[in-house]
Amino acid sequence: MPNLKDLKNRIESVKSTRKITKAMQMVAAAKLRRAQEAAEQSRPYAERFNAVMAGLSSAASGSDSAPKLLSGTGADQVHLLVVMTSERGLCGGFNTNIAKLARTHATKLQGEGKTVKILTVGKKGRDQLKRDFGDKFVGHIDMSEVKRMSYADAQGVAKDVLGRFDAGEFDVATIFFARFQNVVTQIPTAQQIIPFAVPEGYEASETLYDYEPDEEAILADLLPRAVATAIFSALLENGASEQGARMSAMDNATRNAGEMIDQLTVEYNRSRQAVITNELIEIISGAEAL
Amino acid sequence: MQFDLVSPERSLASMEATSVQIPGADGDMTVMADHAPTITTLRPGVLKVDANGTAHEFVVTGGFAEIGAQGISVLAERAVSRADITQEDMDAMFDEAQDNYTRAKDTFKNEPGPVDDAAKLLADMVAVGSEIGLSTKQPSL
Repeated sequence: MPNLKDLKNRIESVKSTRKITKAMQMVAAAKLRRAQEAAEQSRPYAERFNAVMAGLSSAASGSDSAPKLLSGTGADQVHLLVVMTSERGLCGGFNTNIAKLARTHATKLQGEGKTVKILTVGKKGRDQLKRDFGDKFVGHIDMSEVKRMSYADAQGVAKDVLGRFDAGEFDVATIFFARFQNVVTQIPTAQQIIPFAVPEGYEASETLYDYEPDEEAILADLLPRAVATAIFSALLENGASEQGARMSAMDNATRNAGEMIDQLTVEYNRSRQAVITNELIEIISGAEAL
Repeated sequence: MQFDLVSPERSLASMEATSVQIPGADGDMTVMADHAPTITTLRPGVLKVDANGTAHEFVVTGGFAEIGAQGISVLAERAVSRADITQEDMDAMFDEAQDNYTRAKDTFKNEPGPVDDAAKLLADMVAVGSEIGLSTKQPSL
């Protein structure tokens, strides 16, 4: 029979674990609200931007002089996978799901004889992919110092990606992140950013615009921004997803700790009663013996 | 006419305006109601909005403007209200332009095009500084 003292210590330790997970859940809930707000506030820009890009790119994609960021390099031999994950763990399957999608994608590309390069944003994804694809890593962007995701952070990532593209290091770039659906559902998503593809749901508008300067100059100016905008949206989605995943993971942990405490308490009470009964039997049998 | 100024991070201004003067890449232009639908890129400059008599001014470093039937949307990567702008903001914007120019010079050794563009951006930045009365550092070309 487990010692009463041990049981008591055990209960105390699970109780403090529950306190911690409960606190983490509440912190995640607060952060989630902020992340969602940030994602919401960035929406007007992204929507207008994509609407304009949809119009411009459909007009220019046919011409031979279209910029490389739009028409591609003419090959699709080298793929760059930009895997965006969190800097911290304890958020359920969030990082694992993104890493899994990236891994499946990379394996499929390798099966087709393509070259894969991986750029990681966030430590956790790097750790998970290191074993299988460690030799494919071309870079890592650390986000641990970032408290609040700003557009400048996305620009930093975009600059890195565009620099590699200009240097001819890859033909196609795809970003991996988790799209936020709700607190319990985050959908791991792959989105191609180079060559530029108009995100779903945007169509060229009916309006005929004048362009100043000409269409091509505007397009050349906007395409690099499109990469940064796509990365920024993805980072914000990821931020909300991470907090959502952490919140539900911590909610589960809190509930499990509660169940464990109940079980241990029942066990503790039984043992305590058994000890009392034992003592009584000893006293009574001692009295009878006299 | 509806005027919206949005940055990637949030919407900065949304108001009813009678006229908006935007620093277009090919020169300033003033937009009033029923302007022809136009998309133009911006150079660093001052955006002036006349909202039914009250004037609002914003310093923008680039981006683009979409003029449609409903009004005008300015998508700027960085925009600060002129009243709130500090020397620090100005320095940050200037450093970005200077950095951009230095990089362009290193990357495009034998192509004058992008280098000239970056130099123009830098010159525009200095012009913005003098227009709003804040000094900028000396550009190194």
